[in-house]
Amino acid sequence: MMFEYADQIHRCFRCGFCKFPSDFTDLNCPSYNRFRFESFSTGGRLWLIWAWLKGEIEWSNHLAKVVFSCTTCKNCVEQCPMKFSEDIIDWIVGTRMDMVEKSLVPTQISEFLDNIYKYGNPWGLPRNERDSWAEGINRYTSGDEYLFYVGCAGSYETQGQRMAKAFADFLKSTGKSFGILGSEEDCDGNEVFYVGEKGLFQELVKKNIDKFNELDVKKIVTLSPHAYNSMKNKYLGLGEIEVVHYTQLLLEMIQKGEIQLKELNAKVTYHDPCFLGRYNEIYDIPREILKNIPGIELIEMERNRQNSFCCGGGSGNFVFDLLGRSEDSPSRIRVREAHGTGAEILIITCPSCYCMLDEAIKTEKLEGILTLKDISELVKESLEKI
Amino acid sequence: MIEMNTIYKSLVEIVDEEYVSNRKEDLYIYSQDPGMMEPHEPEYVVMPRTTEEVEKIAKLANDKKIPIVPVGGSLSLSGLVIPHHGGIVVDLKRMDQVLEVNEKSRYVIIEAGVTTGKLKAYLEKNHPDLRFSIPDAPPSATVVGNIVIHGQGRLTQQYGFNSDMVTGLEVVLPTGEVCKIGSGSVSPYWFSLAPLPDLAGLFLGWFGTTGIITKLGLKLYPKKKIRDIEVFVVEDPNLVPDVINRVTHTEMAEDIFIGAQPYPPVFKDIIMIGMLLTGDSEDEIEFKRKMIWDALRIHIDSKEGGFMMMTPSIKQDLLEMPTSSTTRFADVMKGGGFEYCGPIIPVEKFPEAFQKLLEITTKYGITYGNACRIIGRSHCMMFSFGYPFNRADPENVERTKSALHDTNVASLDIGGVPWKPEVPAQKMIMEKMDKNTLELMNRIKKVLDPNGIMNPGNWEVE
Ligand SMILES: Cc1cc2nc3c(=O)[nH]c(=O)nc-3n(C[C@H](O)[C@H](O)[C@H](O)COP(=O)(O)OP(=O)(O)OC[C@H]3O[C@@H](n4cnc5c(N)ncnc54)[C@H](O)[C@@H]3O)c2cc1C
Ligand code: SF4
Ligand code: SF4
Repeated sequence: MMFEYADQIHRCFRCGFCKFPSDFTDLNCPSYNRFRFESFSTGGRLWLIWAWLKGEIEWSNHLAKVVFSCTTCKNCVEQCPMKFSEDIIDWIVGTRMDMVEKSLVPTQISEFLDNIYKYGNPWGLPRNERDSWAEGINRYTSGDEYLFYVGCAGSYETQGQRMAKAFADFLKSTGKSFGILGSEEDCDGNEVFYVGEKGLFQELVKKNIDKFNELDVKKIVTLSPHAYNSMKNKYLGLGEIEVVHYTQLLLEMIQKGEIQLKELNAKVTYHDPCFLGRYNEIYDIPREILKNIPGIELIEMERNRQNSFCCGGGSGNFVFDLLGRSEDSPSRIRVREAHGTGAEILIITCPSCYCMLDEAIKTEKLEGILTLKDISELVKESLEKI
Repeated sequence: MIEMNTIYKSLVEIVDEEYVSNRKEDLYIYSQDPGMMEPHEPEYVVMPRTTEEVEKIAKLANDKKIPIVPVGGSLSLSGLVIPHHGGIVVDLKRMDQVLEVNEKSRYVIIEAGVTTGKLKAYLEKNHPDLRFSIPDAPPSATVVGNIVIHGQGRLTQQYGFNSDMVTGLEVVLPTGEVCKIGSGSVSPYWFSLAPLPDLAGLFLGWFGTTGIITKLGLKLYPKKKIRDIEVFVVEDPNLVPDVINRVTHTEMAEDIFIGAQPYPPVFKDIIMIGMLLTGDSEDEIEFKRKMIWDALRIHIDSKEGGFMMMTPSIKQDLLEMPTSSTTRFADVMKGGGFEYCGPIIPVEKFPEAFQKLLEITTKYGITYGNACRIIGRSHCMMFSFGYPFNRADPENVERTKSALHDTNVASLDIGGVPWKPEVPAQKMIMEKMDKNTLELMNRIKKVLDPNGIMNPGNWEVE
């Protein structure tokens, strides 16, 4: 809880290194970039938290907005020159835990958490619609090689469903045995953890692990980097179960020669999702996949890898979107940056990014100019090329 | 209350609701900087995007007689952006465009909110042969904030204070008029302040008390391909002025800085003099290195000093621009703060200043970091008495404040002038200042800012 950090948080000097990527080209803290008041920078946020702890300011909806509009993208952790840098996210999440525990959260956030508690997804949609996208895809049965863990965005959001379908179709075409949990799948809890509802997170972890054990799951492949992150790094008691992100499996199959990719001529750029990149240091795998598709030219955005600019969707923001409704919304900045590279396709590997960036392409009127594609959609196209 | 509502509404009309705040949290953040001065809240924070918006804000403030405080990165650390009398804080960082680079006449025109980090990145990407005199402040400091306080950077030893590199300004006066200063007031080219009367002096060093700078023309310099560093180490502070004199005589170093600190123990009792070498070829670097070695031979032979062997990581740290190690000093006590009084002093006063540093830190039982930069060819130097403090420990904060007070007194005693002085230090300077000079300053302020709305509390004669 917060009190664990209360005697540390004053160590932030408010120097602002964390506003930038490592070469300082642009503002790289999505919430600061969106609002521009110092209060929304990492330093401002930490100082306000400290002020709240000291009783110098009272809780307010605006304070909560400051605290919850951090997407936990980890740019600040990457750039802060201080020894405590690794703790910054814990400080922010610790504060959220405190606020959640005291029921001091804005309505959107309590609804977000309530929905996950009641329906297993943040939108409060019926559980039995979770696999509405999955016609022809089997339920996982003991003995299948992989449990394909689809996650909430993959199950309910149109863009996520496209991704889930593309990857499932691809898996099917390779003959791998796999299955999904369908309506029995529950939220993975990554966002619940980062939004600060520790109790609910622990409950979800327990439910999910029990389910995996009941079905004798040995390997899980996740669609979302968020699910990958929570299962890989936060699920205590997962035991021997191996967790991979779908890009890892894709590359493995390419490298083992299990699939033959055909030429696809296109200029693409790639957006590193925070929970794959900064959280799990998976930067090369998606790029290797792209390299293996003949004819694909990868043009990097200026901010890539450790310096990637978050789409604005982290920490539940792909649902309640505290950073939306502005031309300075991170997703809109990011698609403009992608377009600026001259690429015609923006490749993503995360369903939350897919939703955020898809909306942004429409708002920026880039439809037909910049196409958003999940990497397995691209792989699938390449496989199907005659 | 009604008046406050009309002001809020007027500000919203000027810059849009998104960029005006009177919310408690924003007022709290803008009531302080990372230094040690007492906070004071403004009534509003506003973030203009254009000169026209700044002009309207100034007119509104002047009309209603409300204070305005221009804010850049808030990193001067001496409370210069604290709205001591409330009013409107004008955060200029949305004015963040690099407007023009003239490669042949080597100058850049930028908006007031361009950060040192952004300008560095912009030049590296678009004009790799050009550079500016970047300070070692965090990259979120603004270039304009830096010149307003007569900052110093990596090219200061060669070309003087960063404010000496100004080629032009666009300024919104406290009464709302917009003025151009320098060649840009006559011609489309912002190449220099001369040959016109030097009006830039009305705004540099004034801490925003005479107007808001909205655009800046700044000299750029050739960027050499290779950079290297040599560090000369002595134990006796009395040797430092001679070492500096010899090295500056060679005119071979780009930047010269001095550092001393008691921790870690390997650094205790030594004074390090860093000399940046730059060149377009290894031969050029070698030539410069040899010239400097030869100049210091006398001290090497007498065994009073010597060049330091550096691990690649130390070297990399010292070559980094801006260096993050200065910023990391704030975490020395795990306390999130440091404050420095950096008086500008004659170079020969280094030993005296060093002695004062040791006396003051011993008296108050605090640690220190000393980081100096040579200004011009040894024309003067910035001597930093840097004190880390723990903002969570009020007793430690009070002790460090007392040390800072003594430091300001000591700086004036040895013949120096506190740089970017806090309000109390400004008062000490003004007390010592020639009375007619003080009267002139006062008169200028009154003419430019008849209602006393600009960053009140600063350079204020009671
Ligand atoms: C770790 C560290 C290292 C540092 N190293 C250096 C260094 O090497 N060299 C150096 O010179 N400084 C250094 N500094 C001091 C300081 O941070 C820099 O000088 C910095 O550039 C100041 O810019 P700022 O944007 O933070 O100014 P601010 O603190 O925001 O403003 C400074 C003053 O200028 C006024 N002002 C700001 N913008 C305008 C405007 N547009 N018009 C009129 N007035 C305005 C403000 O009201 C204030 O009075 C260092 C500071 C730190 C914390
Ligand atoms: S989090 Fe680190 S980099 Fe950011 S303001 Fe605080 S000390 Fe500076
Ligand atoms: S995690 Fe990202 S959004 Fe949050 S404070 Fe750090 S840089 Fe900003």
